[in-house]
Amino acid sequence: MKNKNVIEVENLSKLFGDFAAVNNISFQVKAGEIFGFLGANGAGKTTAMKMLIGISSPTSGKATVAGFDVYKEAESIKKNIGYMSQKFALYDDLTVKENITFFGGIYGLSKKQIDQKRCELVEELGLKEVTNSLVASLPLGWKQKLAFSVSLLHEPKIVFLDEPTGGVDPITRRQFWEMIYKAAHNGTTIFVTTHYMDEAEYCDRVSIMVNGKIEALDTPKKLKEHYKTDTMNDVFLKLARG
Amino acid sequence: MKRFVGFVRKEFYHIFRDKRSLFILFGMPIAQILLFGFAITNEINNVNIAILDQANDVTSKEIINKIASSKHFSIVDVIQQESSIESIFKKGKVKAVVQFENNFGNNLIKKKQANVQVLTDATDPNMASTISNYISSILKKYQQELNKNSTIDYQIIPQSRMVYNAELKSVYMFVPGVMTVILMLVSAMMTSISITREKEQGTMEILLVSPLKPFQVIIGKVFPYIFLSVINAIVIVLLSIFVFNVPVNGSLFLLGVESVLFIITSLALGILISTISATQQTAMMISLMGLMLPTILLSGFIFPISSMPLPLQVISNIIPAKWFIIIVKGIMLKGIGIGYIFKETAILVLMTLLFIGISVKKYKIRLE
Repeated sequence: MKNKNVIEVENLSKLFGDFAAVNNISFQVKAGEIFGFLGANGAGKTTAMKMLIGISSPTSGKATVAGFDVYKEAESIKKNIGYMSQKFALYDDLTVKENITFFGGIYGLSKKQIDQKRCELVEELGLKEVTNSLVASLPLGWKQKLAFSVSLLHEPKIVFLDEPTGGVDPITRRQFWEMIYKAAHNGTTIFVTTHYMDEAEYCDRVSIMVNGKIEALDTPKKLKEHYKTDTMNDVFLKLARG
Repeated sequence: MKRFVGFVRKEFYHIFRDKRSLFILFGMPIAQILLFGFAITNEINNVNIAILDQANDVTSKEIINKIASSKHFSIVDVIQQESSIESIFKKGKVKAVVQFENNFGNNLIKKKQANVQVLTDATDPNMASTISNYISSILKKYQQELNKNSTIDYQIIPQSRMVYNAELKSVYMFVPGVMTVILMLVSAMMTSISITREKEQGTMEILLVSPLKPFQVIIGKVFPYIFLSVINAIVIVLLSIFVFNVPVNGSLFLLGVESVLFIITSLALGILISTISATQQTAMMISLMGLMLPTILLSGFIFPISSMPLPLQVISNIIPAKWFIIIVKGIMLKGIGIGYIFKETAILVLMTLLFIGISVKKYKIRLE
């Protein structure tokens, strides 16, 4: 199972008119890997990710996600992935329980499965007292942990996280990463974009995008050695400034 | 199917937990129909008038009695000199003064001609012209009665009869209009807002990444509004029947089917609006300015289309509400069947298909 590629991207491009938002990128992600997808704002991270999750079609190139082709089998991809966006992704005016039921439902889980998942999840996150409270009343950190758990409800092979820790305090971020490790340990592949370079250190491998191209791709350790710096932050700055 | 039920349930949670949308959904229809029914009216009842009777003879007395016995007027003052007219208007006590000339009765018999002056307060022009029409008709009637007894002249007596709304009740005209505006508002504005809300919150993305297909998302979002709009239509019809005694002369079933058609037209417009607006505010502004105003002003709801300048008459054809008002008036007041409103129905169906077609196309472009 390990070492098998769950995401394969070859010369993938996305053009908006003459502008290449994503310019000929290639990479592979292995099963169970935590893959960091880094880049400055506007570098093309989100566009690239949207092509992989099947809501934007590529201009050219090849890509498969969980073994399915992004052009022809977007529907099958959707069943096998989880997604959590930078905008917080649960319904504020629904309770914790209703959110779990709704998202479980649209992924086709049975009532029994949903009930079981909900009990586990509520127990694990310590949300027992607030199961019937509106999500709006929870602190941001709790919401984000809940949103992550909800994106894992249907046990996807790969989960895509688009800047999941934006605006969260360091402690919650730490806890959030513990959840990510746990999910990865259970065999879920994590594809995560982030702005925080300290988070990049937590990833198994990171790619750094600059102006639509992948400029570097390796383990954080090797990248630091290669660019002769102590932190990922410096690696990033060196690349982004060209 | 199970997914769909879950989706619709979620949609109802949104609606019932948002006090604002609940108010728009159910408060507005009732408030509007009552407002239009009671407050806004073209009829005049118990208008205060004054009499200046310089003749003070049998004939003038008879006419004054006729005016006094009409439910439209109540005589609140009798003045003695012409000079008081000005001051009585200025005080705002009366809307009109009816003045009989000296020797009114004598002149009528001997000269076959006598003068009555009706002075109206034209600061409210509609009211003024209605008052003077009403008084003229009382005078004419009296004149006819007189002529019956004598053997003079040939005369033509016009007998006009107002059909379908014999008492010229303005509520008859407002009910179809209000129903149209409400259904348009609820269906188009509420759906466009609720779809753009998902975009704004970022949840639309989550839904599109899920195995739900885009059209399932959209149908799931509009379905509750079909249901709620039908309830609204029923409430409006019941209010107009039982509170305002507006008849439904035609088939209730046909009225129901046509209403559902118009609801779907409006929902399609709402979806179209949501595809071109990124935020709830934009959706609301487009719905209000782009739909509400034309629906109220250009549909024939308040202002007759035939008296509009030609360009506006042409534009009124693309307002779905215009056709629906014709249909509702036809069914409720004239009691006509589908045969007579086939053209209007077909136009609404075509418009609906067009709106859905454009939305689907826009939606695809957005997903590219």
